[in-house]
Amino acid sequence: MIELLIGALKAIIILLLALNLAAILLWFERKGSALIQDRIGANRAAITGLGRKLGLPNLGFVNTLVADPIKLFTKEDFVPEGADRFLHALAPFLALFPVLITFAVVPFGDQITIAGHTIVLQAASLDVAALYILATIGIGVYGVALGGWASNNRWALLGSVRATAQMISYEIAMGLAIIAVVMTYGTLDLQAMCHAQGGVWFGWLPRWGIFLQPVAFLLFMTAGMAESKRVPFDLPEGESELIAGYFTEYSGGKQACFMLTDFAEIVLVSVLVTTFFFGGWQIPWLYRDGFHFPGGATFAMPNLLVAILGVIAFWVKVVIFCWLQILIRWTLPRFRYDQLMRLGWKGLVPLGLLNIVATAFVIVLAGGAH
Amino acid sequence: MPLALFIFLAALAIISSLGVVIQRNPVHSLLALVMTLLVIAVLFIGLGAVTVGFLQAIVYAGAIMVLFLFVIWLLNLQVEERMTGHLALKFFGAIAAAALVAELFLFFAHAHPALAGKEMAPGYGSIASLATVLFKDYLIAFEATSLLLLVAVVGAVAIARRPSPSEADASGGKTGAAS
Repeated sequence: MIELLIGALKAIIILLLALNLAAILLWFERKGSALIQDRIGANRAAITGLGRKLGLPNLGFVNTLVADPIKLFTKEDFVPEGADRFLHALAPFLALFPVLITFAVVPFGDQITIAGHTIVLQAASLDVAALYILATIGIGVYGVALGGWASNNRWALLGSVRATAQMISYEIAMGLAIIAVVMTYGTLDLQAMCHAQGGVWFGWLPRWGIFLQPVAFLLFMTAGMAESKRVPFDLPEGESELIAGYFTEYSGGKQACFMLTDFAEIVLVSVLVTTFFFGGWQIPWLYRDGFHFPGGATFAMPNLLVAILGVIAFWVKVVIFCWLQILIRWTLPRFRYDQLMRLGWKGLVPLGLLNIVATAFVIVLAGGAH
Repeated sequence: MPLALFIFLAALAIISSLGVVIQRNPVHSLLALVMTLLVIAVLFIGLGAVTVGFLQAIVYAGAIMVLFLFVIWLLNLQVEERMTGHLALKFFGAIAAAALVAELFLFFAHAHPALAGKEMAPGYGSIASLATVLFKDYLIAFEATSLLLLVAVVGAVAIARRPSPSEADASGGKTGAAS
């Protein structure tokens, strides 16, 4: 019974963390883009007006985190004539659901022991987690594909076709990158990958995946950004060509659902990059009994504090990669469609295959995994 | 796998596969098929074949069905007309369906009794056991199959490829001659 309760609690915690970060990213994106483009950005709405009287700058929290959601959820939910009403309503949730369930296998911390219960900070300990991630990402295509089709709108359908082709193409590159990672760690379990990234080389360099698989990191990051359909890969929504692509005919809560999917995908890519390549919840030189700095200095810490620091470190890394993606979005222009396909099929896929061959050679020459 | 869960999943699989046949809109049929494949994947996982279950979800539900969707879009399939008449068609269809049901019944009646209700060995269906079979016991057959698939892909590209303008000029402007 208590195990069941702990399991449910872990699932709720990771879901709320992911959803809240996705929502806060909306603020990040609006104020961040303003920063990048030397604008002021959202700074009008306020609830009490107290901050302005005190002369504090308005950071736009009310605009993006209160006013925008209220606007979206009170808007008329419009379904165009001739649309497939059932699929039109289903599609946004079909897009959001697979992204959210992927967070189940993400380890957001080491284990903690409370009152005799050892709790692994991961909602679902799955020994084929990497396959699970590929499966959920594959299923995620349907929401986008059906959203445009059910809208009975040519631009929406074109957006859907583009999105589907793009996601299928870049899933292959993403899968190839994950294969190289799995070969390196010799496991498909994300928690085991995090454990494998503890410790140091040469007495100071943390054993993070980025130093073993830099090519796979670039592949995964690129493919991940393409999967989340953001600039420079935002052809499915390309405003100047397709109005808004597959969600042209969506308004209100359903459109908010598609938007949330986009941001949840950013969080997901960041979470996976952190787990695969940047040690997950590992902090350099921090072990379960405290810090062991290079040079011999040690600093003992209680186990619980180490675990909590690990959770904080994990989310700090995730936020850094979310910011990196927003930075890329507001820096680069959009690709042309032929460039997108050439990059995917003639650039990333052969590179991914070569990376796997090279990884296999190194593993065999070094005598087995690790 | 608890019996109640199995019955629930089996019922879901039957209902969604009936949906594939009964729906008149091809996209709705396709969605019902995706649902069937996912439920079968969950059944695989529940019965211990975890790797096969996830591969089913990735390959069939995640990739092949999306290609089906593309074909439906590109052929611009509309809501199908209900076929009426053609008594012969119904007659032979009924015979084929009855034969299939009879075959299934025979198969289950002669299922290996030693396997009934037996617990699988630990590690059965795991990725390690699957990899041992694929890359050790049947390595040659596995590699030969992958080569065959590669040949099929290259062949499909060769047939589908339009000759480039220079090639078309060389063959006197006749399209299709270059393939």
